[in-house]
Amino acid sequence: MSNTSQIDVGYVAKLARLELDDASKDKLQHDLEEILAYIEELGELDVDGIEPTAHALPIYNVMREDVSKPSFEREVMLKNAPGTVDDELLKVPQVLPGEGMS
Amino acid sequence: MAEYDVVIGLEVHVQVKTNSKMFCSCANRYGEEPNTLVCPVCMGYPGVMPVPNKEAIDKTVVAGLMLDCEIAKYSKFDRKSYFYPDMPKNYQISQYDLPFCEHGKVKIGGNKGFSGKDLPPKEIGLTRIHLEEDVAKLTHFGTYSGVDYNRAGVPLMEIVSEPEIATADEAYAYLTSIKQIMQYAKIGNCDMEKGQMRCDVNISLKPKGSSEFGTKIEIKNLNSFRAVHKSIVYEIKRQRRGYDNGETFQQETRGWNDDRGETYLMRTKESAHDYRYFPEPDLLPVTFTDEDVEKVRVTLSEAPLAKQARFIADYNLTDYDAEVLTQNREVADYFDAGAVLVDTPKLLANWIISELLRELSEANISIDECKIVPQQLADMIKLIENKTISGKIAKKVFSEMFSSGKDAKVIVEEQGLVQVTDESAIEKFVIEAIENNAPQVEQYKSGKTEVLKYFVGQVMKLSRGKANPQLVIELLKKNLD
Repeated sequence: MSNTSQIDVGYVAKLARLELDDASKDKLQHDLEEILAYIEELGELDVDGIEPTAHALPIYNVMREDVSKPSFEREVMLKNAPGTVDDELLKVPQVLPGEGMS
Repeated sequence: MAEYDVVIGLEVHVQVKTNSKMFCSCANRYGEEPNTLVCPVCMGYPGVMPVPNKEAIDKTVVAGLMLDCEIAKYSKFDRKSYFYPDMPKNYQISQYDLPFCEHGKVKIGGNKGFSGKDLPPKEIGLTRIHLEEDVAKLTHFGTYSGVDYNRAGVPLMEIVSEPEIATADEAYAYLTSIKQIMQYAKIGNCDMEKGQMRCDVNISLKPKGSSEFGTKIEIKNLNSFRAVHKSIVYEIKRQRRGYDNGETFQQETRGWNDDRGETYLMRTKESAHDYRYFPEPDLLPVTFTDEDVEKVRVTLSEAPLAKQARFIADYNLTDYDAEVLTQNREVADYFDAGAVLVDTPKLLANWIISELLRELSEANISIDECKIVPQQLADMIKLIENKTISGKIAKKVFSEMFSSGKDAKVIVEEQGLVQVTDESAIEKFVIEAIENNAPQVEQYKSGKTEVLKYFVGQVMKLSRGKANPQLVIELLKKNLD
C-alpha cells in the first residue's frame, strides 16, 4: 500500500472537535488506516481517458425557481434549542467575535 | 529608509437580491424579527436537502459577465467545514475549485481618488466569483452569545481580486466600482450598514521590485469603504515601520477598530482553519453552454463607464457631469429619459446636478420617490429654452414642482410667472426705476457704471422677477446713456 493511507487521528479529531482518550485514539488510528487502505485499492484501476466528474450521477442543473414560501414558526424552530435569549435568539456559549466566516 | 511595494487583494462579499434564500424557500429579507425567516434547511437540521435557487445562480453569471469574467462550463458546490454557531451544519455550502466565474477585471481611476490625489486609470484583475450561503448573525452578550438565523442561507457572492491593488485609493475605487456595477445590474443593494456588502483586505509589503511576496496580513471587520481606506493607510505605515526596524511578520488576521483608527491582532496562523473542502454530495453540478451565456449577455445592462462615455458623446456633457449622473443607476436613467426630450441636454444635466440632487438629499429621499418625473423636468427645461421663463423664475417653479409635483406650465400660469419679453412693457419698468432713483442716476452719469446692477434689481422687483434680464440691461443702458 502507498503512504496515502497515513492519517493523523489526533489532528482529525481536533478538527472535528472530538476529545479522544489514548485507547480510542489507537483503535481509530488502526481502523482509519484500514479504511484508507481499502479505498487505496481504487488506485489499481486504470482511469486513463476517463473524464473526471464531480458527482456520481450524470444529472445537472437541478434548481428551483426563486419563489419564497412562509417559514416555520419561530417557536417550533427553537423548540430543540438548549436555550434562547428572550425566546427570540438561540442561546449558545460565548464565542469569540470575529472567528466567524463572514 | 527602504522603499516598498504594497500588494493588496480584496475579498468582497455581496448578498444577492432574490425573493428566497439560496437553498430553501425562506424569504431573503432584511430587518425582520429574529428567527422568523427560518426552516429546517437553513437551520441545518439533520436530513434536510438543499435545492439551489436559479435566480441566484443567474445573477452570479450576470455579475461575472459585467465584470468581464469567463463563465465556467462546468461548476459545482462544495462543503467548507468549520465549527462556529453561525453555521449550524458545521459546514458552509460554497464553491472550491470550480466557481461559476473566473478571470475578470475591474476598471478604476482616471479621476481623483478618495484621498484627493489623482488616480491614474488601471485595470484590477478578478480571480474568481463564487456563490455560497451567508451565515447567521451573532450577538455577543457578556457570558453567552445569541444567534439569529434569518441571514443564514441568504445567497452570497464572493468576489476575489488578484493582488494587483497598490494603494488605499485604488482599493476604494475598486470597491466603488464593484458596488456601482452590482447596483446597475440589480444584483444586490450593497448597503454595507445592512451587511449586504462586506470586505476583507489582504495586504503585504515587499522590498521595491522584489518578486517575492511579503507576509500576508488579513484585515477584517471593515464596515465602510472609508474604513477600508483608513485601515490600509494604517497597515502600510505599521508594516513599513516594522520592516524598517528589522522586524519579521507572522501571517495573521487583524481587526479594524474604527474609533481608535488602528488594526489589532485577532488570530495568528497557528489557529488558522483547515476547511477540508469536499464536493457537496446533495447538490448536482451546474453546466452552462455558450448559448446559455450568450442569452444572458444580450440582457446585460449598460455598464457605468459605457454610460458615462455615451453621455459625453451623445449629450455633450463634461466628464464631471457624466460621472456625477452615472454614480447611481436611477439618476442615470432619470437623465436618460429626460435628455431625449429636450434640445439642450446639458441644461437638463445642470438642473439635475445642482438642483434636483440637492433637493433630494435635503429631503433625504431617492430619485425614485421624487414627485417630478423626467418628462416634467424636461418640460420645464423647454420653457427655459423657448424663453417663456428665465432661469431665475425656473428656480421658483422648480421648487414648487418639487413639493407639489405639479407641471411647470400649470405653476407658471397659476402664478403668472411668464417672462416678460415685450420691450415696451419692460421699458415702462425701466423708466419707472430711473424716475424713482435720481441719486443713483447721478452716480451712473458720473461714471460709476456698476450702479447698473442696482437698477437691474429695481426693474426685476417692479416686474416681480418676470422681466427678461438681457432685455432689462439693454433698455437700462439705452435710457441711462
